[in-house]
Amino acid sequence: MKYLEAIGKYFIMVYEVFKKPTKWPIMRSLILKEIDELIFGSLGIIIFISFFIGGVVTIQTALNLNSPLIPKSLIGFATRQSVILEFAPTFTSIIMAGKVGSYITSSIGTMKVTEQIDALEVMGINSVNYLVFPKIIAMLAYPFAVAIAMYVGILGGWIAGAFGGYAPSGEFIKGLQLDFDSFHVTYSFIKTFVFAFIIATIPSFHGLYMKGGALEVGKASTTSFVWTSVVIIILNYILTQLLLG
Amino acid sequence: MIEVENIHKSFGDAHILKGISTVFEQGKTNLVIGQSGSGKTVFLKCLLGLFEPEQGQICYNGKYYSELSTDQRRDLRQEMGMVFQGSALFDSMTVEGNVMFPLDMFTKQSKAEMQDRVDFVLERVNLIDAHKKFPSEISGGMQKRVAIARAIVMNPKYLFCDEPNSGLDPKTAILIDNLIQEITKEYSITTVINTHDMNSVMEIGEKIIFLKDGYKEWEGTNKEIFKTDNEAVTNFVYSSELFKKVRQMYIEERN
Repeated sequence: MKYLEAIGKYFIMVYEVFKKPTKWPIMRSLILKEIDELIFGSLGIIIFISFFIGGVVTIQTALNLNSPLIPKSLIGFATRQSVILEFAPTFTSIIMAGKVGSYITSSIGTMKVTEQIDALEVMGINSVNYLVFPKIIAMLAYPFAVAIAMYVGILGGWIAGAFGGYAPSGEFIKGLQLDFDSFHVTYSFIKTFVFAFIIATIPSFHGLYMKGGALEVGKASTTSFVWTSVVIIILNYILTQLLLG
Repeated sequence: MIEVENIHKSFGDAHILKGISTVFEQGKTNLVIGQSGSGKTVFLKCLLGLFEPEQGQICYNGKYYSELSTDQRRDLRQEMGMVFQGSALFDSMTVEGNVMFPLDMFTKQSKAEMQDRVDFVLERVNLIDAHKKFPSEISGGMQKRVAIARAIVMNPKYLFCDEPNSGLDPKTAILIDNLIQEITKEYSITTVINTHDMNSVMEIGEKIIFLKDGYKEWEGTNKEIFKTDNEAVTNFVYSSELFKKVRQMYIEERN
């Protein structure tokens, strides 16, 4: 019952986000600020993680393909498929749920605790639109970060393969080009847009509807990370079934 | 003027406000007093429209809040200024940014016009040198004054203050009280203040309502509170030895 009520409140919040918009010049500056905080601020960690994940995927694939009958190009193929289909969109989104999600929950939660959200409401401002809408729009730029994650992940795989002696550079690149289906990239970006919306809204919901003081802000951040991750993983399954199944 | 008619508010099984009726007149400093947990903050949040009473009505200059649409309610709130207990200044903005925020949001004034208005109100609250400072860089008393400046920058018809003196030294508390009273008179605002501060009660309480366990126990002025025989009020107001002596002297003088 508690969960159903929370789901209902979440959808009411999403509806409220698009009601009574904030003045455009103010909204524009908020969106630019959020793009800087949420997207540019996360590029470093995304690049770092993607590079090493790509490398690990290559090494593990190579170590498991030890039959001389299997061509080395399959290592490049497997790395490309793993990174584009799963690691870049889903793994990065889980990382973002932790980094960006907890930032969103704690910043909105702190505003709630210190009555700043009440102050917005008293002024006649739609606080949900003011706080959540710029985050949703900023997260529309998230697929660019995922595109970078794909590139860096494959680059990491190539470096690990070529310089670690697991797959010759030519074979790896041949594998990268093998049976390439551009819909896989489309599928990945469709997932990314959905995850971006989830990463912007679920942590906002946990911040907006938290109760209590500073301690509860921390708890709300943790809860928001758990629920954002759970929803991402469930939607990942549903979207994969719908788009590739 | 704000007319409150028999409002009730509950949270779950807890019945917080139990049929409060009163009238807050324009151009007067109206005080709501009572012990912690008596329902003062809930009452103030009902007046602000942040909580909706289950029963009863609140009427703002002839407009019943419950009959207004969501957009009309938001428009009405633009006529309200609020000074929160913890000031509720936006951390990411400077003092100037905080005060300019409502102007930026709701008016079509040019940058220069807005700047003039911000300078005027900051001067009014004696904070002309703090423009570029962030809330974390100024004292609690200064934060309260910024909150007052932000609350009055749009020329509100209604000003609400939730314990504006809490956490302040007596001298700063008196400054804040005087400032609120001057602004109330100057702009003929309907001001409602939640307070525990007995100095405020004696100095600026043109109308006082005393809440006890969610009921309105007593109402009167700062002159009448000296004379009242209501035991709950006298126990609350004259809880300190100093105030007991002051009251005794007053009664002896009167006799």
